[in-house]
Amino acid sequence: MERIKEIRTRVELKEHGLENVHSTDFPGTYDGYDDSWNQEKFEKNFRVEIKRLTNDELEFDMIGIDAAIANAFRRILLSEVPTMAIEKVHIYNNTSIIQDEVLAHRLGLIPIKADPRLFQYKQNTEAEPTEEDTIQFELKVKCTHNPKHSGTDPDDLYRDHKVTTKHMKWIPIGNQANIFKEGDIRPVHDGDNSILIAKLRPGQELDLKLFCVKGIGQDHAKFSPVATASYRLLPEITLLKPITGQLAEKLQKCFAPGVIEIDNIDGEKKARVANPRKDTCSREVLRHDDLKDLVKLTRVRDHFIFTVESTGILPPEVLVSQAIQILMTKCREITRELDETE
Amino acid sequence: MTGVSVNATGSNNGQNLDNENRKIAIMPTLGIQEDETAVTFVINKEDHTLGNSLRYMIMKNPDTQFCGYSIPHPSEEKINFRIQTEGKPAKDIFKKGLKDLNAVCEHVLRTFESSINEHKRRNQSAGIENMDQS
Repeated sequence: MERIKEIRTRVELKEHGLENVHSTDFPGTYDGYDDSWNQEKFEKNFRVEIKRLTNDELEFDMIGIDAAIANAFRRILLSEVPTMAIEKVHIYNNTSIIQDEVLAHRLGLIPIKADPRLFQYKQNTEAEPTEEDTIQFELKVKCTHNPKHSGTDPDDLYRDHKVTTKHMKWIPIGNQANIFKEGDIRPVHDGDNSILIAKLRPGQELDLKLFCVKGIGQDHAKFSPVATASYRLLPEITLLKPITGQLAEKLQKCFAPGVIEIDNIDGEKKARVANPRKDTCSREVLRHDDLKDLVKLTRVRDHFIFTVESTGILPPEVLVSQAIQILMTKCREITRELDETE
Repeated sequence: MTGVSVNATGSNNGQNLDNENRKIAIMPTLGIQEDETAVTFVINKEDHTLGNSLRYMIMKNPDTQFCGYSIPHPSEEKINFRIQTEGKPAKDIFKKGLKDLNAVCEHVLRTFESSINEHKRRNQSAGIENMDQS
């Protein structure tokens, strides 16, 4: 019975591979278990623990859910939460050495700080831009000599030789100027950390109009709202026998710093698992014949450590909320259509 | 820059779909007598995201005999979603799966948002305490 419980709840890390990777908790798989879906049981066991939240990073634990659903949230974060990104570039003049199409591609990847929830998808790509579906920027830079130049540093010799996101100017369409405040719509990086777009030399210039539309990462990665969104399972290390003395020190060296601590009990060194969360799951310990039978490495099947790093357009917690809502919308849309056809 | 196809981006904007753009269809059984307990649903514009999570929920149902899905071709945006039941109509099992998955999401969203609010509230009060000390 203990073994069955372990197969159901743990992924095992063995020397030459992983075991019990797949979920098996379905009705009919095990005698004596009721695996049919039970919402109450799920709600009782499900937990979310926020570990770290900053303006653009979020680490949280999602406990008591299956990988199928956790993975759906991760996939939606990457490719289905919408953002605004530059989609069309009108090039009136480009005498820089960077080619039009390369420049346009670079511009497309710039994160645009604008709340995508306040915009609509552009239904027809050829249609005229409207205030509901498009944001317009202007990028107009001309490089000149600095008459008071000295030395060889281009920063002294030339003016405006580095075109960055700082040079992008928002041009409100229609009523947008009344709806949005100054600073509501801008490139995410427009201060000291602005993004370099192109380099110019005196006489070269850029004169561009940039059009942003709403889109999703599935269509193009530039619409993805996250830099990364990933999860890993919580590692678990079990010491099968007490590990002492020299061996304890060897064990400690097999893991990342902080995973194993050594206690001094009555003058004897004794290994203790202090923080398995820090384990990298390298399985180094299983390479040593004197240690491999003393430890068991597993991961908790339903404990997901999520890391979500936003590109800065929306806060990470808003992105996760939206991802969950998008999965709900999918379910409801199909349900509605099934009901309609009846 | 890529051209955007409107359909590719319009999958989740909750618009009414006309007949050509239906999200869901039932695969014809081709000669075999129709059986409402064994049905392959074709879901357009969906992938592993919905396919695998819905498969999990439906496999959790004791009335399900078999549930699985496939993506017949990587450049076609659709999945074939197969359900075989112990006797109930497959469509009912399918609908229950969707309902269960929606309920799971609702609970996850509630729990997540309350955890976030709790975390923010705790950090705010901790911040005030730190200010008092300094």
